[in-house]
Amino acid sequence: MEIVVNGDPRGVAPGSTVASLLRELSLPATRVAVERNREIVRKSEYDAVALSTGDRIEIVTFVGGG
Amino acid sequence: MADTLTLGGRTFRSRLLVGTGKYPDYPTMVRALEASGAEIVTVAVRRVNLDRAKESLLDHVDPKRYTLLPNTAGCYTEEDAVRTCLLAREAGMADMVKLEVIGDEKTLFPDTPALLSAAKRLVKEGFVVLPYTNDDPIMAKRLEDAGCAAVMPLAAPIGSGLGIRNPYNIRIILETVKVPVIVDAGVGSASDAAVALELGCDGVLMNTAIAGAKNPVLMAEAMRDAVTAGRKSFLAGRIPRKLYATASSPLDGTFF
Repeated sequence: MEIVVNGDPRGVAPGSTVASLLRELSLPATRVAVERNREIVRKSEYDAVALSTGDRIEIVTFVGGG
Repeated sequence: MADTLTLGGRTFRSRLLVGTGKYPDYPTMVRALEASGAEIVTVAVRRVNLDRAKESLLDHVDPKRYTLLPNTAGCYTEEDAVRTCLLAREAGMADMVKLEVIGDEKTLFPDTPALLSAAKRLVKEGFVVLPYTNDDPIMAKRLEDAGCAAVMPLAAPIGSGLGIRNPYNIRIILETVKVPVIVDAGVGSASDAAVALELGCDGVLMNTAIAGAKNPVLMAEAMRDAVTAGRKSFLAGRIPRKLYATASSPLDGTFF
């Protein structure tokens, strides 16, 4: 199924969760925050939140800034 | 007694806050942060780069050593600023944030009505809010009343290096609010930082002045010294300005 991750379309396996998406992207959960359709997904829910077709996922982290 | 800066109940020895943007490379940034003596460093919140496994800022800035202060740089609306703070907190930061709501991309001056509104919401959400604001004493008071833990008036436009353009307003802000006043943005050289502290400001926050210097590490050291010197000069109490001379050597006992 297709979802949108950080603005770009991406195919993921049916049954994917936020946790499995992060694993697939090799992103450590400790350093990111995730929004699903503009709602923050708590870290404790990464395993439980199943992704649906068309979900818009934002994954953010910290970069250099003033 | 130790001379410390307290923000949101946390105490810091350094009055210099520095950014982590625009350095030529990570090793230079790491050495500059060390040389600055800063304990609080600002970071921005952005999308993870999915194309390539890039080095992460967090590989270079140890959150155990530095207090990371997420900013809302690039936010032009209250909504985006609040959303950014909520994401920063979820990404593992403490609840202290540098709140900016930008009003115009040419000047990067703050949109103060949106800033105030965002500050109120974030205070309600439990954040320790440090707002980047104009050198406007009335807005500073409004932000203090909204529950902000400090006010951070600009010295001059972000990245301009023009120094403190309105020291008189900064002085009025210092007289107006009880929360710490941190000059944020516009500092260009060490003397600018010293002036901020000599005016009585509690701290100074800068990024470009260090990161953009020809030798960022040396400039970071200069800024550390300037902040220390400016603070001591403020505490020591300067002499009044006078138009005419007062002799430093005795007038009695001359033999000529």
